[in-house]
Amino acid sequence: MLLTVVVLLPVAMVPVLMTLPRSASRAATGLWVLTTVVEVALVGWMWARYEPAEGIAYEVATRWIPTVDAGYHVGVDGLSLPLLALTNVLFLGTAVWSVREQHRPRTYAALFLFLQTTVLGTFAALDLILFFVFFDLSIVGMYFVIAGWGHGDRQRSALKFFLYTFLGSLALLVGFIGLFLASEDRTFDMVRLAESPPLQDSPVAGSLVLLAIGVGLAVKTPTFPFHTWLPDAHTDAPAAGSAVLAGVLLKLGTYGFVRIAMPMLPDAWQRWAGVVVVVGVVSVLWGALVALAQTDAKRMIAYTSVNHMGYVVLGLGAAGMVGDADAAARAVATSGAVVQMVSHGLLTGALFLLAGFLWSRGETYDFERWGGLAGTAPRFSALFAVAAFGSLGLPGLSGFVAEFQIFTGALQAAPVGAVTAITGILVTAGLFLLAIRRLLAGDRLLPAVDRPRGPVDLHVHEMLPVVVLLALSVLIGLVPGPLLDVVEPAAGRVVELVSR
Amino acid sequence: MTAALVVLVLLPALAGGGLLASGRRADRLAGPLAVAVTLAVAGLAVPVATARPQVSARFVGVVDGGALVLAVDGLSAVMVVTVAAVTAAVTAFAVVDVAADAARARFFGFLLLFAAAMLVTVTAATLPALLLAWEVMGATSYALIGFSWQVPGKLDAGTTAFVTTRAGDLGLYVAAGAGLAGTGGLWLADLEGATGGWVHVAAAGVLLAALGKSAQLPFSAWLSAAMEGPSPVSALLHSATMVAAGGYLLVRLSPLLEAAGWAAPAAAWVGALTALVLGAVAVAQTDLKQLLAASTAAQIGFVVLAAGAGGTAAGTAHLVAHAAVKAGLFVVAGAWLTSLGTKQLAGLRGAARRHPGVGAAGAVGLLALAGVPPLALWATKDEVLAAVTSTALRVVALTAAALSAAYAAKVLVVVLARPGPDEALDAEEAGTRRVPAAATGVAGLLAAAAVALGAVAVPAVAHRAKSVLGAAGEPSPAPELVALSAALAVAVVALVVRWPRLALAAERTALHGWAGLGRLRSGGAVLALARGLARLDERVLDRGVTAVSAGALRLARAAGRTDAAGVDGAVRGTADALLRAGSLARRPQTGLVHQYYAMAAAGLGVLLVLLLIGR
Repeated sequence: MLLTVVVLLPVAMVPVLMTLPRSASRAATGLWVLTTVVEVALVGWMWARYEPAEGIAYEVATRWIPTVDAGYHVGVDGLSLPLLALTNVLFLGTAVWSVREQHRPRTYAALFLFLQTTVLGTFAALDLILFFVFFDLSIVGMYFVIAGWGHGDRQRSALKFFLYTFLGSLALLVGFIGLFLASEDRTFDMVRLAESPPLQDSPVAGSLVLLAIGVGLAVKTPTFPFHTWLPDAHTDAPAAGSAVLAGVLLKLGTYGFVRIAMPMLPDAWQRWAGVVVVVGVVSVLWGALVALAQTDAKRMIAYTSVNHMGYVVLGLGAAGMVGDADAAARAVATSGAVVQMVSHGLLTGALFLLAGFLWSRGETYDFERWGGLAGTAPRFSALFAVAAFGSLGLPGLSGFVAEFQIFTGALQAAPVGAVTAITGILVTAGLFLLAIRRLLAGDRLLPAVDRPRGPVDLHVHEMLPVVVLLALSVLIGLVPGPLLDVVEPAAGRVVELVSR
Repeated sequence: MTAALVVLVLLPALAGGGLLASGRRADRLAGPLAVAVTLAVAGLAVPVATARPQVSARFVGVVDGGALVLAVDGLSAVMVVTVAAVTAAVTAFAVVDVAADAARARFFGFLLLFAAAMLVTVTAATLPALLLAWEVMGATSYALIGFSWQVPGKLDAGTTAFVTTRAGDLGLYVAAGAGLAGTGGLWLADLEGATGGWVHVAAAGVLLAALGKSAQLPFSAWLSAAMEGPSPVSALLHSATMVAAGGYLLVRLSPLLEAAGWAAPAAAWVGALTALVLGAVAVAQTDLKQLLAASTAAQIGFVVLAAGAGGTAAGTAHLVAHAAVKAGLFVVAGAWLTSLGTKQLAGLRGAARRHPGVGAAGAVGLLALAGVPPLALWATKDEVLAAVTSTALRVVALTAAALSAAYAAKVLVVVLARPGPDEALDAEEAGTRRVPAAATGVAGLLAAAAVALGAVAVPAVAHRAKSVLGAAGEPSPAPELVALSAALAVAVVALVVRWPRLALAAERTALHGWAGLGRLRSGGAVLALARGLARLDERVLDRGVTAVSAGALRLARAAGRTDAAGVDGAVRGTADALLRAGSLARRPQTGLVHQYYAMAAAGLGVLLVLLLIGR
């Protein structure tokens, strides 16, 4: 019941919001922030009461479409709990960041609350149809955020985002139907599908279903070569939208791998693990190198997402190489992949919010038009530097905990791939240091804007969310224990399931 | 005592973090706080070194050795004391050297974090602990080198240092993976027992990481760039920390290099060649800090040589002695730079006579660097040479030792000469013409240490040191070797003092520009590749997607046309035909009776004809 409240509370507030008069924008944003605060508190309560050993908790199963055995089946385990928490923290951050939103704040708040429910629902879903419904609705919500509150060529970017990811979700649906048809008792229930995985003895059909699901999730993640919607969507999205898009929406893809593809198609996953590793490694290097070449700060951050998600895919691919490595090492890689999802959400969320600072002050992300911000905006500069070093995997922040586990765990299974991917952290180091030099050091340079918007440096409501996200990243970086207590048993179970 | 070890590491880390978080508000407090903290750390280092505690904190869970474990053994004990003492001395110098209006909280904050990272590095017993400290040290060195970010080029120098050393750091990630694969755990001490070929991977990774950090060939050039940093940073980076970390790691993991077979001779040769090449580069420098930087890489080369040759005690001794000597020399160079406004040898003519206090300390340091007896580096270098068994290596190492005498003597000749004209001063900044008493004191202390560490030449002392380090069986230098190296050093110093032009000739060669090693670190190729891939990403991948959607749009339009002209056309055509038929059918209905009669008659006629034919 608690889980259902957590999932549905945000969307339940939407009608309340819409009954407020159009002029009551402060009340609307206040209600929005309040809802997200309650959400964080609730998920914190769930975390405190969760016993990692018990597996799935807070489970609810209700009949919904009995003819195809699809139900409202939700639950939480060590894979989804950290992502639920991340989602709520990030949505709280975006709510606080947006308290001064001028453009139709009531609708904006409603849209984000709707989006929050769709993401939470996807992470909590234990039924493929339920998963798919939430997954698709998140695309719809994000479309309106970009198209309505974006800038630049926002209509085109929003449409590209929608069509590309929607097409991906259709591939996913085809795969789900394949699983349904192949399952013994014709069900969409994830738990039962994972218990007795279908298609274990039919390599061709299993591979095809994995292909459909894999492509669908790869578009969302995104991995090379399905990533080109990402930079456009980010560049034209509002800061809060970008933070949510990169912070949690991308995780729907990688989460799908650990939740659906690996446990339900273990045989096919093992068969194609090598390909998954290659896709991961190519994404790592491609994302890093293309990011290095960008002249636009936000596009650069967007491409580093491809790089970071590549590490996740590498770790999960290595987890499937059953014959090449022992289970302990593969569990380390899987645990690293899950930690990377959380870490990337925190760090890239912070980076995109900070990129929003550039737009709100100068309406450009062009490196050429900024300089010497360390002198003019010291608060922004300090936070940007911390986020950049976190993103390049500096120990002491969460990214290191994730990448260290992925690399050490994957080396035995895929030595060449892992060593190649490790060079990615050198390229990210170079590109972030380059970005720091271009933005923060050098001659003082501020783009001329017609409308001066008060003091240049970060406002409190802009600083607070970034500080919280980075503080959490440091906390995980120094004391990963509480997070790993939850993640490691779940990662071990995934490895067990995929090794069948 | 475990609490002491925890405090030893956490105190500077927390104080540094606190200073960084408070920003410019803490500028006035920063210097005194840093001195207090580093003195406390130095005080704690001694009990920690004697009690040999071990602490563990949880990190990555399920793996054996995945925790952050700090342990103090003989080697760590020596290193902890060295690091703590040198850091305290350099911090005391920094308080008087860093400008009062600079962002001192940021400077001392990063300095303390850096020191904490080095302390963790030398006590780390597991790979996560080592890697954590190792990389944080690199990042804080970036911040320290690029401290004056407003000045063009400074932050670039920091970037160079970080990216180059991180290129080496990748090796540690690989070593960690090899450890997990080959030993099932992440303990440093277990690496030598890695099975199934992983021992080679681990050794290669460790070697790469150490060579990068210690600025050995081919990574040496970042040290040249690192000279952009403030003098206290150079004094710290080049003595007991950062550069020393690579040497330390190889000494610590010398058994791993042995176990891999090829790795030990490889390390020995890289160390010896670095000592040789960078020694020659040092001779060719005209800038005092650049000369000292090249000499750092060369001297650490002896440590790496010792680690490869199995002389762990010798390597440690050389590391410690070099730390004292080089920290002192950088303090002296920094004091001269602040006072005289230049670090060019041309401007430093007679510098030692202008400020006799630091001048004397500098002279002692230079003599020690030259390997003149009975000073520290002479004694420790002999220990290193004793560990080397291969003749070829010994010849290379002795040649390198002669070069170190040459570059040290080159500086000695200049600074001890009669002071030159004042025009050559203030070449880089406006000098203050005074040296603070604290700087003289620190330089004097470090010079005293350089003299005192010469005691290693006494066999009883050397024996005691080896037993502390757990290396009792390692060879001691034969008397004739000791005499030979002493004679060599004195002879070369005498030669250069008599004919200084011998050393000046090198300045006109490629060695002056660090033998072109800097070109290796340029990221031009990577950047070009990145731009190429970005174009590919935009023009092929993205355009491919756009083309697909454009194709879908064209297909839709074509379908629309077919729909309008074909399907809908057919429907409309049928309707039109029916309509026409209807109107045709209406035409005979004229309402005129005579026409109906005519039609009826014609119809009957047709029927009649049909009947007739039908039959």
